[in-house]
Amino acid sequence: MISLSRRTAVHVIGLVILATLPVAADLAGEPFLTTVASRVLIYAIAAVSLDLILGYGAMVSFGHGAFFGVGAYVVGILTHHAFNGSAVPFLPGEWMGTTSAILQWPLAILVSGFFALIIGALSLRTQGVYFIMITLAFAQMLYYFMTSLPTYGGEDGLNVWERSSLPPLDLYNDQQFYYLTLAVLLAFVGLMQRFVNSRFGMVIKGCKQNETRMKALGYPVYRYKLAAFVIAGMGAGLAGALAANHTEFVGPGMMHWTRSGEIMVMVILGGLGTVIGPILGAATLLMMEEVLSQFTEHWMVILGPFLIFVVLFLRGGIYGWLIGPEKGDE
Amino acid sequence: MSDPVLEVIELTKSFGAVAASDGLTFSVKRGEIHALIGPNGAGKTTAIGQLSGEIRPDSGRVRFDGQDVTHMPTYRRAQLGLQRSYQITSLFPDFTAEDNVAMAIQAQQGHSFQFWACAKRDATLRQPARLALKRVGLDDKANVKVTELAHGEQRQLELAMVLATGPTMLLLDEPMAGMGQSESLAMMEILRPLKGEVGILLVEHDMDVVFALADVVSVLVKGTVLMTGTPEQVRANAEVRRAYLGDEG
Repeated sequence: MISLSRRTAVHVIGLVILATLPVAADLAGEPFLTTVASRVLIYAIAAVSLDLILGYGAMVSFGHGAFFGVGAYVVGILTHHAFNGSAVPFLPGEWMGTTSAILQWPLAILVSGFFALIIGALSLRTQGVYFIMITLAFAQMLYYFMTSLPTYGGEDGLNVWERSSLPPLDLYNDQQFYYLTLAVLLAFVGLMQRFVNSRFGMVIKGCKQNETRMKALGYPVYRYKLAAFVIAGMGAGLAGALAANHTEFVGPGMMHWTRSGEIMVMVILGGLGTVIGPILGAATLLMMEEVLSQFTEHWMVILGPFLIFVVLFLRGGIYGWLIGPEKGDE
Repeated sequence: MSDPVLEVIELTKSFGAVAASDGLTFSVKRGEIHALIGPNGAGKTTAIGQLSGEIRPDSGRVRFDGQDVTHMPTYRRAQLGLQRSYQITSLFPDFTAEDNVAMAIQAQQGHSFQFWACAKRDATLRQPARLALKRVGLDDKANVKVTELAHGEQRQLELAMVLATGPTMLLLDEPMAGMGQSESLAMMEILRPLKGEVGILLVEHDMDVVFALADVVSVLVKGTVLMTGTPEQVRANAEVRRAYLGDEG
């Protein structure tokens, strides 16, 4: 009687799993799983944000890790100063940093958005392989900059001595942290869902398919692509802020190009140009890493062929395969 | 009716040693269909590209609707009402026919930094899109994906998109390219009523189409206008016959 589309079924099952996971982990006597799942959710946010430009806009940014790292460093640096009682440099007045999430996280989003604005403004003047290379180059520049900045730990990185405070929540409680991250992910996914179907989203999708025609129709495409790039950077910054709390550590490794590559793999694995796919991609990649690395440290040997298999045989990624041939998520 | 909506003044463009436009000068009046004919390599598509702003001329000027648009980017010219279509079909292949037209209409409705409302349920986009599709006879194909449309239908869609923007002037680069006889005739019936409403610069190889539709014909040879006149005058001109029409047999 009730006909449920396959897509709805996938969404409902996914939501149920996400909502009950910490409880199930406790019952199974594996509470550590909740921490692993939180990590998945954090990377899912980064992957969903990358997909806005990679999947919907066909802007192959190979430097998304940079914004992830910037977001993490904002939290790391503010906590560092709050903890040491030293003033944040280059700011007027003597601000000692903060551990309040209400301040830290929006700042992480703003600062990574600002970096995305600068990097995007320059990178989007190029196309194709040049765009890939220049985004990669900018990310590596930030990586080396942080590596050689001893004030904030240089290549050793920076311990985050205290997780963000967000009363009445306690971010040291793994379950609370998990549900908070889940709420942030769902809110972000909802936002992206609106974006990609709005007028703005149509312009981004149009640019992907035929940029010349978009210009001929009267669209200043550069502005729209830059706006999408900045939004994606802000999303990654938010994920970075959460990651800094999750690992209680920030380091230049978060900006390294391999990190950008990982996020890209998540998007491709899960399903390019869908809002939900990257979440599945993040879960698949990180769970594979988790499970396989227990057997061998060369777990990439298995991941590699698997990725090739997905790209070759599952058009539309894991999500496209799950919801069937009815065309990806709109 | 008599003031020119588009003036092309001494346009020059070379690709290496080849002069694709060599002092190209002509003008198109408001609401008139002005055909641009010439043998292959005469520089017709290059001329269109310079008028739309996709190709930068080496020298010369383009005036549209009383403004100098020579250095204006493509999207600004399009916003002013100078729209073009392409010789090789240029659409949004993942979209439906209606989405394609809606995309064109959206471009004319101010900026698109609107992130919240769903564009697919936006009546201010969808209603005019339907109307434009109806105008070219594609109203029953509104929800068909572009890749599933026949070639002739794609050409019609291309026209629906430029018409939907309410243009002052159209640059049509071989709108009948690759069409069969009947499709070609249908396209002519779509273009004919535009006369008097929209200025059209028509690049076309099919002489039957040109002589049936055009008010004025300019013959382009080696990047320069050999002659401009009514279809009858052009047909009667011996030089044109030698340079171009003779080739057709």
